[in-house]
Amino acid sequence: MSEYVLELKGITKEFPGVKALDNVHFKLKKGEIHALMGENGAGKSTFIKIITGVHSPNKGEMYLYGEKVEFNNPKDAQVKGIAAIYQHVTNFPDLTVTENIFMGHEKVSPITRRLLWKEMHYEARSLLRQLGSTIDPKVEMGSLSVAQQQIVEIAKAISTKAKIIIMDEPTAALTARESEELYKIAEKLRDDGVSIIFISHRFEDMYRLATQVTVLRDAKYMGSWGVDEISNEQLIVQMVGREISQVFPNKHNEIKESILEIKNLGKIGYFADISFNVRKGEIVGLTGLVGAGRTEVCQAICGIAPADKGEIFIKGKKVKIKKPKDAMNFGIGYLPEDRQLQGLILSWDIGRNITLPSMKKYSQKGWLNPKREATVAKELAEKVSVKANSIFDLVSSLSGGNQQKVSVAKLLTADVEVIILDEPTKGVDVGAKSAIYEIINDLAAQGYGVLLVSSEMPEILGLSDRIIVMKEGRIATTLSKEEATQERILEAAMGSEPTNNREVVVEV
Amino acid sequence: MNNKSLAEENYLPNNLANKKEFSLKSFFLQWEWLLILILFLVFIINSILSPYFLDANSLLGATSTFLDKAFIVFPMALIMIMRDIDISVGSTVALSGVVMATVYNSFGFPMEIAILVCLAVGALCGLINGLLIVKFKELSAVIVTLGTMILFRGIAYIILEDQASGNFPDWFNYFGWGTAGNIPFILIAFIIVAIVFTLLLHKTTFGRNVYAIGSNPTASRFSGVSVDKIRVIVFVLAGVMAAVTAIFLASRMGSTRPNVASGYELEVITMAALGGISTVGGKGRMLGTILAVFIIGFLQYGLGLINIPSQTLLIIIGALLILAVATPKLKLPKFLLRK
Amino acid sequence: MNEHVIQQTDNIEKHTLSNKLLANISKFRELGLIVFIVILCAFIQWRNSSFLTIENINDMITNAAILSILAVGMMLVLVTRGIDLSIGAIIALSGMICAQLVSQFSLNPLLIILIGIVIGIVCGVLNGVLIAKIGILPIIATLALMNVFRGLTYRISNGEWVSSYQMTDSFLSIATGKVFGINNLIVIAIVIYIIFYYVINHTVIGRQIYAVGSNPESAKVSGINENKILILVYSTLGGLSGLAGVLWVSKFASAQGDTATGYELTVIAVCILGGVSIAGGAGKVSGVLLGALLLGILQNALPLLNVSPFWQTGIQGAIILIAVILNTLVKRSVDRNNLVRRKI
Repeated sequence: MSEYVLELKGITKEFPGVKALDNVHFKLKKGEIHALMGENGAGKSTFIKIITGVHSPNKGEMYLYGEKVEFNNPKDAQVKGIAAIYQHVTNFPDLTVTENIFMGHEKVSPITRRLLWKEMHYEARSLLRQLGSTIDPKVEMGSLSVAQQQIVEIAKAISTKAKIIIMDEPTAALTARESEELYKIAEKLRDDGVSIIFISHRFEDMYRLATQVTVLRDAKYMGSWGVDEISNEQLIVQMVGREISQVFPNKHNEIKESILEIKNLGKIGYFADISFNVRKGEIVGLTGLVGAGRTEVCQAICGIAPADKGEIFIKGKKVKIKKPKDAMNFGIGYLPEDRQLQGLILSWDIGRNITLPSMKKYSQKGWLNPKREATVAKELAEKVSVKANSIFDLVSSLSGGNQQKVSVAKLLTADVEVIILDEPTKGVDVGAKSAIYEIINDLAAQGYGVLLVSSEMPEILGLSDRIIVMKEGRIATTLSKEEATQERILEAAMGSEPTNNREVVVEV
Repeated sequence: MNNKSLAEENYLPNNLANKKEFSLKSFFLQWEWLLILILFLVFIINSILSPYFLDANSLLGATSTFLDKAFIVFPMALIMIMRDIDISVGSTVALSGVVMATVYNSFGFPMEIAILVCLAVGALCGLINGLLIVKFKELSAVIVTLGTMILFRGIAYIILEDQASGNFPDWFNYFGWGTAGNIPFILIAFIIVAIVFTLLLHKTTFGRNVYAIGSNPTASRFSGVSVDKIRVIVFVLAGVMAAVTAIFLASRMGSTRPNVASGYELEVITMAALGGISTVGGKGRMLGTILAVFIIGFLQYGLGLINIPSQTLLIIIGALLILAVATPKLKLPKFLLRK
Repeated sequence: MNEHVIQQTDNIEKHTLSNKLLANISKFRELGLIVFIVILCAFIQWRNSSFLTIENINDMITNAAILSILAVGMMLVLVTRGIDLSIGAIIALSGMICAQLVSQFSLNPLLIILIGIVIGIVCGVLNGVLIAKIGILPIIATLALMNVFRGLTYRISNGEWVSSYQMTDSFLSIATGKVFGINNLIVIAIVIYIIFYYVINHTVIGRQIYAVGSNPESAKVSGINENKILILVYSTLGGLSGLAGVLWVSKFASAQGDTATGYELTVIAVCILGGVSIAGGAGKVSGVLLGALLLGILQNALPLLNVSPFWQTGIQGAIILIAVILNTLVKRSVDRNNLVRRKI
């Protein structure tokens, strides 16, 4: 029997137009926690989907306990003892915890095919207890917190007698304390001989848990190291592929007076006591872990999900923003996180997408003026250098980076002065990223105030003039460009001390 | 790789065409051509089966027998493009008509006032639908309009029980049957409404916003489109057009009862779907819808001429709806597909 | 450190406590329905003492039997996020065909019931195939077939009625006969409810129906055949509607083209009253039963309270709207409570 429980050799996966994985290798030992790291779009998700049988590779081989295997569907992988816990919990909110745990492998009486509820509830309870949780297996899944749901998913994985468990960003939506619970469970599983593939953006997770780390970059395999063999800096170089300074253009913006000011903004259950300002020509970075409330703050400012408390000032004037249109009228533009669901109309062409927010401007008393629209759309699309043949190309036919450029062009049609960018480079390749950074810098140089939300440390460090770090719905600290380092930001974002009910500003 | 080359490579200005190329293939690959073909077929088959069919005068006259419900098809098209549906329109026709007759007969108001009240009731019904749908987003338009469908019909029954109410003034009765030259009033009204709605959908920012909402409601809202306002307005339009239908119906029949116009919602949805309005939103044009109105109308008229019972029409309409919705889902042969 | 641990377990306990509360809301809902029914009965009894007599109760339950049979089938369709508007037409079609068969061949009542069920299943499979295989929206597909079935009924009947004198006594006795002193319709409804309760709660297929409605994507990943489930629920409802058609014609001793027009709306109203979520995934047999009972009582009581029968439709519409709006408001306040509990 092989030393490795799971071994992948030369895996290549192509989707129409994209190489999602290019000759990737991976080796997993029994009882090992193995971190899989890489930037967004590096191919981690596709890689997992290969292992769990959702996709089958175009090239390459997979060995399980030294034996060659091929998975054609998720069921095949489940039968072989591979289970995955995804970042966005994929469960049945209306069904009970027990049913969620046993979905697909219910216990039935061999003769009558009757479901054995008592046995299943009992086993569910004991599985959960093993994981140190007192969740009642009879409650509905939907009534549990995300952290509890994650524990149930793990219980489900154990109940299928999984020997390999894949955790895809399991801590992304958890608080520091909940993450700690999860770490303990992962360690316990490891001690029981289960192998775990742990995917995370957080270096903290990796150092805390993993013994081995494999890095992917731009769909390629970069190497695999023992955690103590590789330094933080080396790891970043492997993940990003170049020194941070190379990706980011030189800055040439001039910071002027404040245009947007937020005072004590709060929304029940999401964030509280948020105060900051954005000045003309300034790029303010807003960062923190996923789930820290960054997107919610942005959406409150933009009127998508208005805040319950607090005040918003624009150029010193107090304003009320109840819907996105209000925000746009006050000169605030928002680039949403999910460009396909929230930003663009994929079935429309480039031109119509660009002019959608400001149709009023290019029409006469409600009548459309297609010629004028086309001229404006062409101008703006070229300004952000969208790569396409004509403005009548459908947005769905563009690459992620070009779609994002169209989203940015949309913002520029309206008379905005403050631009809020929520994860502007999510899922775009490095080249397009660099172009988007250039655009962001240009915007700041032209005097726009930019609020940049990002989980990507290099992006925040490379672009921002000032960095606000959020943690569990509150501002943990604000750092100037000079004081900010990766370590300081991470420390503030995850700091083991829970923030008190007040704004904490770390003095230097 | 240094920073300049990387950024420049992706940030070079490039030239984008802003004139649309004309493609013969995509011009002929439009649903409307198929509809025109079907309309011709209906005419040909009808004129073979019945020698009286192709008489221009009776053809024009025939329109007044089927155009009354066709007014609702325009707002229904807007609603379906927005991914919503309204199955309460038939009940709105009944309720607004019943209120009109009651205001005239029982309260003794002049007919002009009764007509205004009728339109107002229609608008109110639409407003109720629209407000419920935007205030309770957890509920779908299906369930809200299902509830109001029963409610509106129920109120009509409460007002008139199972009585008919008529005795309208002569000029009002003439309205539904009368003609200007050879052209029925109702056809003139239909053409005016058709032009207004076609312009509204295709030439105004309002229409563009309707398409945006149907294609991606979230992105539309994030882009500053007043999604709620537009949805309410469109539902109100549906209510008003249902009231217009009620007026023509009452005028043509000389009276109204609480059970009129039941099943109109189906005929109207069928017309819209046959006309190429997508049932999942975002797609469709008014021209197709107008063609579909005449296809179904003349089919109905022709079947009447050769004495096929009207119930058979139910089967045909049902089958047409399934065909209209299923056809685009079936796979076209490869050579017909645009790249 | 110790304190930290204590605080944590404290938190967990708090969590589970409130979760139990949440889980119980569905039970509260049924309790609420029962309380409401009791109050309603007391009120009706106070206004008209002939309400709570054995004959009237028997009458009332017999009348509610067909409604309750259909409601449990509709529940399954709603649970999968669907809707079926064609059942009124299926009732008419199956009723008409069976009535004509009886008037011509005087068949055995059990055979007739079987034929009715088969007709219904065929109609239901048609619905299911259009929805699952071709991917037409449930509301559009069933709306279209509603008209096809209704049109067929008229064609078959040539616009004429089949009246009681054309029916055999054995056929009429389906709805009037008794087993152990209980009306056949009630017995049939009870049997159906026992079967459905068992299948829904104690078999894999039953739970798969809920899984598909709760999260279609996850259901696929869990290896559940969504198409199979969809066709199954629509054909089940079709079969029940076919059965109901036979029972209907036997009970009212006449088959007409417009039998049961709009009845689908009443059935949907029952489900909504019984707490079935239109968004899919949730709904209980007991809730639907109570919903059917409540509507049966209302229908029975309105004449006893001297309310004009013309008020019935309006009251039904108002009840549906109020029920869905109340559901939404309760759900919102639960969600809001969840948010408030979250510590920032």
